[in-house]
Amino acid sequence: MRLISQIGEWFDQRLQLAAPIREISEHPVPRSSASWWYVFGSAALTIFVLQIVTGILLAMIYVPSAGEAWSSLQSLNHDVTLGWFIRAMHGWGSNFMVAVVLIHMMQVFLFGAYKFPRELTWIIGIFLLLMTLGMAFSGQVLRFDQDAYWGLGIGASIASRVPIIGPFAVKLMLGGPIIAGATLSRFFALHVFVIPGMLVGFVSLHLLMVLKLGINEWPMPGRLVKRSTYVSEYHELTKKDGAPFVPYAVWKDMFFVAFILVAIAACAVYFGPFGPTGRPDPTIIQTSPKPDYFFLWLYALLSLLPPSMETPALLIGPVVVILLLLLLPFLSGEGEKSWRRRPIAVLTISLIAISLGTLTHLSGYTPWSPHMNAWSGDPVPDRFLRGTTALQRQGALVFQVKQCRNCHSLGDLGGQRGPALDSVAVRLTQDQLIRQVIQGGGNMPAYGKNLSPAETTALVAFLETLHPAGQAPARDASRDLALSETPEGHAPAQP
Amino acid sequence: MADESISRRGLFMKLGILFNGLVATALAVPIVGFVLSSITRGRSNAYLAWVPLGPVNQFPEGETRLATFKNPNVMPTDGKTVDTSCWVRRVEGDQFQVFAINCAHLGCPVRWFPQSGLFMCPCHGGAYYRDGSRASGPPERGLFEYPHKVENGLITIQAGELPTPGASAALIGKKLPCA
Repeated sequence: MRLISQIGEWFDQRLQLAAPIREISEHPVPRSSASWWYVFGSAALTIFVLQIVTGILLAMIYVPSAGEAWSSLQSLNHDVTLGWFIRAMHGWGSNFMVAVVLIHMMQVFLFGAYKFPRELTWIIGIFLLLMTLGMAFSGQVLRFDQDAYWGLGIGASIASRVPIIGPFAVKLMLGGPIIAGATLSRFFALHVFVIPGMLVGFVSLHLLMVLKLGINEWPMPGRLVKRSTYVSEYHELTKKDGAPFVPYAVWKDMFFVAFILVAIAACAVYFGPFGPTGRPDPTIIQTSPKPDYFFLWLYALLSLLPPSMETPALLIGPVVVILLLLLLPFLSGEGEKSWRRRPIAVLTISLIAISLGTLTHLSGYTPWSPHMNAWSGDPVPDRFLRGTTALQRQGALVFQVKQCRNCHSLGDLGGQRGPALDSVAVRLTQDQLIRQVIQGGGNMPAYGKNLSPAETTALVAFLETLHPAGQAPARDASRDLALSETPEGHAPAQP
Repeated sequence: MADESISRRGLFMKLGILFNGLVATALAVPIVGFVLSSITRGRSNAYLAWVPLGPVNQFPEGETRLATFKNPNVMPTDGKTVDTSCWVRRVEGDQFQVFAINCAHLGCPVRWFPQSGLFMCPCHGGAYYRDGSRASGPPERGLFEYPHKVENGLITIQAGELPTPGASAALIGKKLPCA
């Protein structure tokens, strides 16, 4: 025991780190901040360390070459001992990282911790969030599979829409005219050197400021932040009602950190690593690329925005959001901290959470995408064919063969791009059906050039049978009147 | 400045800063040049090279077929990524249309459905008619078309870069390959 302390003293005489470390760990924090709400920052830091460690391990096997990356991931999954587990930890670590960073940010916002004098801590936090998302996207690229390949195409398509510099930004991003070897290599450099290096620097500043300025006290409704008095009030608070960070507050951080690490490991073991999906071979076009979990909301948004809104929303939206986030501490740097007295803050968070959640949920079943195999895979349920005429059955055949099914469902089978047609005859009269099929409209392509008159007649005859048993199909009353004086099925000649 | 005397050390420090500034500027030239090379290199001839798709008689009249080609600008580490697909529509005789595989919305691979005469995109639901014009969905325009020519019974296309909704960087001020 004495030997250990002698060795320790030998080192400390040279390093002189013991005193500052003791000072940092025992610095007084407000007792109110020793809360389970204050654990997300240290959790994010821990996951960052986990990502560095697992990332270095993966880099020992991974080959950042467009020709070999995919097979090196396969050998990590299947050949290298526990390679699958390290990949899974890194992948799940990334998901947890984004989630914990967002929760941390939400807590800081709701607790008013971004207000004076912690404005710069918040601003650096915004950069840390952007870098975390950058790591998530570049990480998805390094998993060089079909999703990565087409995801890069989507990134390039978005970048190309920037006025004037767009086309140059695409070349810079791809490292050339197409998605190829140079693209993967530069994303490797970003993911492994550039962004992590910046993260280490910014995280250090972020932490330094938390130590220098002190952790935010628990916000009390009615205790307002004023630039002139806050610092002295805070010091008084830590003096009167403070406790050393170690061990008073740190044990909650330690418990939560351990819990998060166990959760990541559990997900890694249970769900396994992410992909890789199919080979990054652009000649394989039977693919439906999708982004990773945290960009699914964007994928849904891009499907649902009206075409004319898309480019402005893509180019102006992020700039406005980032500017607002950066300006937030200057717009409301003083005043009320407690969420109990900040209803707009609570509403904003709720609205954002609900929107992101809804968009992510929608992206799970992509109602906007045609079901490419519905026309050949999903049969017309037989209840729609019982008691039909030969013409109507011919129409059902046209309905399948012309791929109407890819966008329209019958009996809950088929695409959801267009409306379900189970009771279309109640909504549209015969004339309206013919018009809709031939001319399209309302986001439906026109089929006039692609259907013979006989096919159209049969198709519409089938569509007219699609109504619930007790409900009559829609009909045009004036047409009945006009037809009543002529043989059935023949419209009177135009005068 | 006139009445401030400059010490010998002060002068050397200023000269040191100046010297370092000059060296940094000189080094910045090749560094920036390297970083931007993917833009400037793009202006090489590969963009305008003609790539063969195959003999004309591979493509029956009135039909649209998938063809693959190798990008004219190949690097040794590119793997399979330089192989690209495109849709070739032979209208009649030597009249062709060659569509990029990439949806004009965000670049996903579109699929051709001869039965309904539509190209459909699996990502966000874009659809195009057989002549490449926009039918429905989020795209703001029709499919990208590669310039093509038929010579000695061979169809060749100009397809050096990934078509995107923005303009082509390599050919600003020149003829656009994917108009």
